[in-house]
Amino acid sequence: MHESAISGAPHAGGEGHSHGSEYHLAHHFETPRQQFDAGKLGMWLFLVTEVLFFSGLFAAYAVYRSNHPEVFVDAHKYLDKVLGGFNTIVLLFSSLTMAWGVRCAQLGQKRGLTWCLTATLICASLFLGIKAVEYTHKWDMGLYWGQAFAPVAEGALHGGHGHTAWLVYLSIPAALALLGFAVRAVINRVRGRQEAALVAFCLTLTALAFFVGVGLGKAVPAVTSKLLPAESSVPEAAPQHGQAAALPPTQQLVVGDPQAMSGISLTAIFFSIYYAMTGVHAIHILAGMGVLAWLLGRAVRGEFTDKYFGPVDFVGLYWHLVDLIWIYLFPLLYLIH
Amino acid sequence: MSGYAMPHDSPAGQATAVPGDNYLTHDRGLWSWVFTLDHKRIGLMYLVGILSSFLLGGIFALLIRAELFTPGKMFLTENRYNEMFTLHGAIMTFLFIIPSIPAALGNFMLPLMLGAKDVAFPRMNLASFFLWVGGAIFFLMALAMGGLDTGWTFYTPYSTTTSGTVVAATIGAFILGFSSIFTGLNFIVTINTMRPPGMTWFKMPLFLWSLYATSIIQLLATPVLGITLVLLTAEKLFHIGIFDPKLGGDPVLYQHFFWFYSHPAVYIMILPAMGIISELVSVFSRKHIFGYRFIAYSSIAIAVFGFLVWGHHMFVSGQSRLAAITFSALTFSVSIPSAIKVFNWLATMYKGSISLAAPMCYALSFMLLFGIGGLTGLFLGTLATDVHLHDTYFVVAHFHYVMMGGTLVAFLGGLHYWWPKMFGRMYSERWSRIACLIIFVGFNLTFLPQFLLGTRGMPRRYARYLPEFQSLHQMSTIGSLVLASGLFLAAGVLLYALFKGKRAPANPWGSPSLEWTCSSPPPAHNFDSTPTAGDPYDYSVNEYSAEAEGYVAVQK
Amino acid sequence: MAHVMPVRVLVGIFLILVLLTIVTVAATFFPTGSFEIWISLGIATVKACLVAAYFMHLRYDNPMNAVIFAFGLIFVALFLGLTMMDTHQYQGDLIINQPGGMGGS
Repeated sequence: MHESAISGAPHAGGEGHSHGSEYHLAHHFETPRQQFDAGKLGMWLFLVTEVLFFSGLFAAYAVYRSNHPEVFVDAHKYLDKVLGGFNTIVLLFSSLTMAWGVRCAQLGQKRGLTWCLTATLICASLFLGIKAVEYTHKWDMGLYWGQAFAPVAEGALHGGHGHTAWLVYLSIPAALALLGFAVRAVINRVRGRQEAALVAFCLTLTALAFFVGVGLGKAVPAVTSKLLPAESSVPEAAPQHGQAAALPPTQQLVVGDPQAMSGISLTAIFFSIYYAMTGVHAIHILAGMGVLAWLLGRAVRGEFTDKYFGPVDFVGLYWHLVDLIWIYLFPLLYLIH
Repeated sequence: MSGYAMPHDSPAGQATAVPGDNYLTHDRGLWSWVFTLDHKRIGLMYLVGILSSFLLGGIFALLIRAELFTPGKMFLTENRYNEMFTLHGAIMTFLFIIPSIPAALGNFMLPLMLGAKDVAFPRMNLASFFLWVGGAIFFLMALAMGGLDTGWTFYTPYSTTTSGTVVAATIGAFILGFSSIFTGLNFIVTINTMRPPGMTWFKMPLFLWSLYATSIIQLLATPVLGITLVLLTAEKLFHIGIFDPKLGGDPVLYQHFFWFYSHPAVYIMILPAMGIISELVSVFSRKHIFGYRFIAYSSIAIAVFGFLVWGHHMFVSGQSRLAAITFSALTFSVSIPSAIKVFNWLATMYKGSISLAAPMCYALSFMLLFGIGGLTGLFLGTLATDVHLHDTYFVVAHFHYVMMGGTLVAFLGGLHYWWPKMFGRMYSERWSRIACLIIFVGFNLTFLPQFLLGTRGMPRRYARYLPEFQSLHQMSTIGSLVLASGLFLAAGVLLYALFKGKRAPANPWGSPSLEWTCSSPPPAHNFDSTPTAGDPYDYSVNEYSAEAEGYVAVQK
Repeated sequence: MAHVMPVRVLVGIFLILVLLTIVTVAATFFPTGSFEIWISLGIATVKACLVAAYFMHLRYDNPMNAVIFAFGLIFVALFLGLTMMDTHQYQGDLIINQPGGMGGS
């Protein structure tokens, strides 16, 4: 029995039916058209739930920004908008390749679909690589969330292992994936399992893209800091935790009686919101990558035809939503002025 | 008027096996149930799950009422008492009442009412059930770990600074939220795309309208609970500071987030119940439902308006005056569609041929008890009176009248109505009506005194109280024992019927709705071919047949 | 079964999106004062509409899908709007915002 996939665990491909296996028609649907419409409606409803899920984070953002705008103006200086813009274009490109992939599926173009899905995965991986650099750079500077927020002065950073240890830890899963898929690709090739080898090869490229992203994440700010005027991506002297002296009072908001609750910085709340929003978004990217990989496997096995392409269409909708959310996250977090 | 004979009591010992292949006998073995994609089996598994949760939550309730028999300590310390009401509330809200009608009765009946073979996404349906089980496991963990004493509302900053069991409970609620979302999604797609020929939107049974409206709420509101719980857990584990004033956060913001879901959640609880009542009132008056469109539109109106009023839980929490006034005014509006339904039910009964079968007894109880509960909500929605009534027993009585006197009573009515269809057995009419009466008396004895306790100033969630409140508390505790015995009796009657009940015909009550056109119990695939739907409230299409002991189609 | 997007439309929309992204970043280098957030959100909304209409196919689909999505957005607006209104209104009641702060009465 087969049904149009929405989300959740992948399941085995469809078996033959009295309607002809090319339609993959489930027993409780009357026509393939009904099944397709049901699947599409179901995915749109799921997207609405995703929008409402993110709305809580947008609400937290809106509330804090409207009540403490100066905190947000100050804090966003820690974010690199060119890198963020670059990441935006990466995701937009992934939307293009995804939509193109849907088109290939509709036309029964198996090769095109395979490469489009792979390109989408590569872009996603690239995005995550750049994000990893952004996160670890902030952690090196002590820019954590909430209570852990403890910004260090720029000068204290240089030298020592502390600088890139976090990046190494974050890269471990990608490295394992790279190794694992590369080995699988070679073994399958040798054993003559061409389709499995192709899937593994595509996923190897995906894992590799993570490191390309890391490289870009380090290279782009270095280039732009030389090219662009005035507005530096990182403040020259980040305020010490607890000291109000480093910046004028309006820029570092301290809540409460300075003697009783010293140095609580609302900038920490900005970062809590930043990590919550981009973190939940990143989790959705990871989940999307998993589902895309599942689609890739099915595509390579030739399960999608011009008569049956629903799952590609529906997963595509989910992916575009992930892109849509970033389209809003980017200006709200990176471009506050 | 054709005589409507009451199905008589099953003679003792007449335990005839249900003949023919049906969904219960079709596949055997544990795995055929665990991995089933049959909506009827999934509905049954849900039924067992939620009734077990009801039992567990009910035990906590009895412990609470026992403790409150005297003003001082009976056997619970204050902290233990706090844990009791927290677990009672959390289990009843998340594990029992929100899934109850949609997941147990809705899953079973929705495809049958549509003449369909299953819901749109059977695998998602099963996933929904597994998620319910997963959430239940986390709640049981919280129970075992102990120390959960925040109240089911998990208000910050207490919840983020108290015992770690909060995390287990919030993870459980998060998982249950997805169970709820998937059920709602499934229902909307099924109703939208799988209606049979002839069943336009306004030819659907009203139970389906109510499930549709419920599903809209589930889809829009539950994700906000999800993100609220994520942020709460992050606050507790990582101290992100978003709700904690010591870190610059805002605890009232938590309440906004929480109630944006939890107010619409109460409409998730009541809308399916109202849908059942629409069915029962019409069938047992043997008269077309009065004001079909009004009832249908009012379901959607309740769903939409329900999203506009969440601030009425926060009148004394530090909410601004402007918001308080806004929410109070909007709260009055939401009572209007509910009242419209009640008037339409009464109009349906007027000059109908009323038979007081057990389901109808529950329907009548509902109308009175929900009426009381709904009206008392108005006192709470009024700013000036709410200042005095908030966090007193008045609130407790109000929501028990609507949730228990409303949803639970309708659930029992629906269970008794559809029991013959689900299991192919008739139950004892006499004993089921006696149980209904005991439940009605016990319920009022338990909760009516609580209105008085509230107006006289007895706060809620208090383990100890002033001696002046003792007599009312004792009345309430005795009432709870009566209520519990009524519920056990009702359960006993239904369970007994499974083994000794008379075999049920396809249509014992005479409803023209499609679920009664297949056998009792239904075959595994529901219908051989998609039936054509007529008007689900047109009673001229069937008549009572003495030899079938049920209703059959009129021969033309 | 369904409408197939021509490649030139897909690529064209992508290029417009990239252009809008560059515009939105460039705009931050100019002082626009309090309009800044409305410009960013406005451009973001245009981008979102393009993605929804073309990449997500809403322009060629059953209009019900667009209605459903819009419906969800309306509820987001309701949630954000009322919550923001209330938090904004009670800022003045907060002790820390009173003159004299925590020490005063």
